[in-house]
Amino acid sequence: MPHPLMAGFLLLAWLLLQQSLAPGTLLAGLAIALGLAWAFGKLRAPPARVRNVPLMVRLLLRVIGDIVRSNLAVAGIVLRRRGRFVSGFVQIPLELTDPYGLAALACIITSTPGTIWVDHDSRRNVLMIHVLDLVDESIWIDTIKRRYEQPLKEIFQ
Amino acid sequence: MNHLDGLPPWAAVLVGVLVLLGAGFAFIGSLGLVRLRDFYKRVHAPTLGSTLGTFFMVAASVVCFSILQGRPVLPVILIGVFLTLTTPITLMLLVRAALYRHRVEDGRQMPPR
Repeated sequence: MPHPLMAGFLLLAWLLLQQSLAPGTLLAGLAIALGLAWAFGKLRAPPARVRNVPLMVRLLLRVIGDIVRSNLAVAGIVLRRRGRFVSGFVQIPLELTDPYGLAALACIITSTPGTIWVDHDSRRNVLMIHVLDLVDESIWIDTIKRRYEQPLKEIFQ
Repeated sequence: MNHLDGLPPWAAVLVGVLVLLGAGFAFIGSLGLVRLRDFYKRVHAPTLGSTLGTFFMVAASVVCFSILQGRPVLPVILIGVFLTLTTPITLMLLVRAALYRHRVEDGRQMPPR
């Protein structure tokens, strides 16, 4: 079956929307999920392989924790009277090359308040992000590489 | 305030606190849009509304309607899932458009700080 992960997600979304587990709903959901996964396969997207599911769950929990903490940090910056903080761009050389890993990294960095994915040079594999409260560039490079890139590399490639 | 009367007091308080927290984060995010100075700083602010703001709102509606209807009401969680998946894409699109403009107008690879 092509793209089992995507089919599973679509089926789950369908069941949630329908709020029922009746055989008819299940059958229709299955047909839709398989059909869309098949159509997605026609786009010739490279296959996604998740090699380490427990690590993915741990990474997800870590990202949720980071999102909560950066929410508070950014709220603090916004609410401070006249904030003295420096924002700036940081260039990070990456070793991660898997397209799904990069997409996940993009989502992680952008949905965490305070950091945003700006540009990725696929030739040199250098990522540029913008950091709202930039104190030390090397700390950010180290954080992104160690906290996110390393596990993503183990999960996807 | 009609059907909310069906909520027991503890649930009403819980839902109220969750809604206020969600609204608070969304508000601080919007305030950031006004208070931060330049484009690249501003794009950071709305993520507050799309992460914790959304989370508390979704939690409030799950609690509220699950209790009112006496069974778990989960479809609202999908709102959170889709927002989490789509907001980064919009933000990246905006930032990349700004960067492209900077590069064309200033002729530099890195935009000014």
